[in-house]
Amino acid sequence: MEKPSNEPLFWTLFSAGGVVAAIFIPIQLFLFGLAFPLGLLHGPSYEQLMSLVRLPLVRIYLFLLCSLPMFHFAHRFRYTLYDGLQVKHLNEVIFVLCYGSAVAATVLAAYLLWTIR
Amino acid sequence: MHPQTPNPNLYTEYHPRWYRRRVSTYWWVGQRQYRKFILRELSSVFVAVFVVITLLQLRALRAGPEAYARFQHRMQGPALMVLCAISLFFVVFHTITWFNLAPRALALRIRGRRLPDFLVAAPNYIIWLVVSAAVTWAVLR
Repeated sequence: MEKPSNEPLFWTLFSAGGVVAAIFIPIQLFLFGLAFPLGLLHGPSYEQLMSLVRLPLVRIYLFLLCSLPMFHFAHRFRYTLYDGLQVKHLNEVIFVLCYGSAVAATVLAAYLLWTIR
Repeated sequence: MHPQTPNPNLYTEYHPRWYRRRVSTYWWVGQRQYRKFILRELSSVFVAVFVVITLLQLRALRAGPEAYARFQHRMQGPALMVLCAISLFFVVFHTITWFNLAPRALALRIRGRRLPDFLVAAPNYIIWLVVSAAVTWAVLR
């Protein structure tokens, strides 16, 4: 018997992150990356944003918005490097870098959102 | 270890090596479908770019109004603006390709007839629209 693989877990995270990224990232990126900096729309002030971020529901939302899509990235980018560039001999390094960045983003998001007053 | 029954998946020292043609590293350049596949996979890089920007934004919010003003100022720089525009293109590409997978994974039938693909994908787009409107409303309220 082969030992059970972690692949289903990684794939579930990939899939969940794909859904979150597909639904939420375009509007978030459009507003905060283009519309507000370009002045197309009048963005919220610091205080207005902070009053949003203080809501527990918004914190959970922002945490999931940072964490799950990074696991989506880790899985997809890993296989892009495997298949696209055929760098199979670097499997372990790529694995650690991809999932390491996802875990780092998750921890950082949790820390920032936990300590924001 | 000597397996009793030959298992083709087990590697043995004396197994002949199959002839395999080497595939070029640039195998995906030639055909449109392959290029589209690689672009779709690369969209994940821009998903990561978004997360990094969002984490920087959260850090600035946490540090106070001056730090956040600096963050806003930096976001107006041409390099970040271009990066955001490219990222938005790729993320929307991800959204569309992701939503259009639904009919591949789900064959809905009504009265024995398979629902056309666009009707299976349609709810995804409706949810996308509603969520986008809700986020905009929440932020601009």
